[in-house]
Amino acid sequence: MIEVKNVSKSFNDKQVLNNISTVFEKGKTNLIIGQSGSGKTVLMKCCIGLEFPETGMIDFDNRPFSTVSEKRRTDIRKEMGVLFQGGALFDSFNVEQNVMFPLNMFTNQTLQEKLDRVNFCLKRVNLENVSKLFPSELSGGMMKRVAIARAISNSPSYLFCDEPNSGLDPKTAEVIDALISEITEEYDITTIVNTHDMNSVLQIGQKISFLYKGHLWWEGDKTSILETENAELQDFVFSTELTRRLKKR
Amino acid sequence: MLRLLGEYLILMFETFKKPDKWPVFKRQLMIEFIGLGVDSIGIVAIISVFSGAIVAIQTAYNIDSPFIPLTMVGFTTRQMMILEFSPTIISLILAGKAGSRIASEIGTMRVTQQIDALRVMGVNPANYLILPKITASMLFNPILIIFSIGLGIAGGWFACIFTNLVSSADYIEGIQAWFEPFTVTYAIIKTLVFALIISSVSGFLGYNVEGGSVEVGRASTKAVVYSSILIIFFDLILTQMLLV
Repeated sequence: MIEVKNVSKSFNDKQVLNNISTVFEKGKTNLIIGQSGSGKTVLMKCCIGLEFPETGMIDFDNRPFSTVSEKRRTDIRKEMGVLFQGGALFDSFNVEQNVMFPLNMFTNQTLQEKLDRVNFCLKRVNLENVSKLFPSELSGGMMKRVAIARAISNSPSYLFCDEPNSGLDPKTAEVIDALISEITEEYDITTIVNTHDMNSVLQIGQKISFLYKGHLWWEGDKTSILETENAELQDFVFSTELTRRLKKR
Repeated sequence: MLRLLGEYLILMFETFKKPDKWPVFKRQLMIEFIGLGVDSIGIVAIISVFSGAIVAIQTAYNIDSPFIPLTMVGFTTRQMMILEFSPTIISLILAGKAGSRIASEIGTMRVTQQIDALRVMGVNPANYLILPKITASMLFNPILIIFSIGLGIAGGWFACIFTNLVSSADYIEGIQAWFEPFTVTYAIIKTLVFALIISSVSGFLGYNVEGGSVEVGRASTKAVVYSSILIIFFDLILTQMLLV
């Protein structure tokens, strides 16, 4: 469980996050949604420690994260898996080395144990026979899956996914969404997905937090979001032809 | 300027921490030995041989007085290679080759979020990325410089033989004359300082890239320019401190 308490953040006098308080629940796929510029990326960056809130705090299972020393933060970071928008795979490493990286850094496993874990993780994301390929030889969907495999290789307690479907075709996007959802339930981890893809919202949104102009505007789940009376959220949800047709039905 | 210096020192403080995992550090170090050291042997060899040859020929052509013995050609070539050419000019060439490589590699990692990925994994990115490069440069560049001195002197000898300007015996006598072992120490001290400048400044500029490919290119150019200026500046200071 991750608790965000009264978090505010601004850049050059522009308030990007305004007194955000929410709880991202364990064993659930928690979605942060909102239009571009609504502050969702900054909120996620605050959660993973790439930005720091000016006020408020973020706790990981009652352990303070944003207000402690770098050393203590590093200990919590070792329990995180992060899927970046572009995958952020290490160019100079092949798939196997990328997935093995957290194991090399933070475990004392033997090479065979690490290889077994890598193969397990790659199999889990439905990728086999690609372990010797380099990131430049992979498609966008494969890169995302390798990034997920790397994120889960060290059995994280928290999984963060920043725009996991950006640049993917709808079919591959659905595969990635399903994978994130399955992994969350299977390993009982706290997953936070940052997205503006309504398909993802309706497919995996067990808890949804809607940000609007830096404020937490609405919270609910994938069922209640379609019945919302909130004007700004309606604007966001029904901004595509597909969702408008869905609403008519 | 002061802010830049502060940011550089903070990054170096992060860089010179104990590596998270020694086996990982050693593996990275071996990769950098090859990338920054072994891959530079070719260019260093070619430039050193030709420069030694050019210095020898120019010295021979400029000795007009019969009172100056031809052994001076060998002596001058040796002194030129040890005191200035190998440590400084080769370091300037390495600033271009290795410096731009370091800045563009780390800069690309920055703009593609690979450095963010390292940080959120709990890895110290500066230590993981920059320390092996600094260590490899500081260990391998002195070897390259000694290699360059040897090849430069050999290049001078070849030039003398092929042009018949100086006899082999005169040249060899010249390179043995008035030899001060401290000049080699001086060359190695300069090389160590220059290696630190090239790798740390280029690492710093790559690490702080913001934006995209254009900014990576700019950082790479800046790395070469700043390293070269600092090399020349510290060359003057070290020469004053060590030789005078």
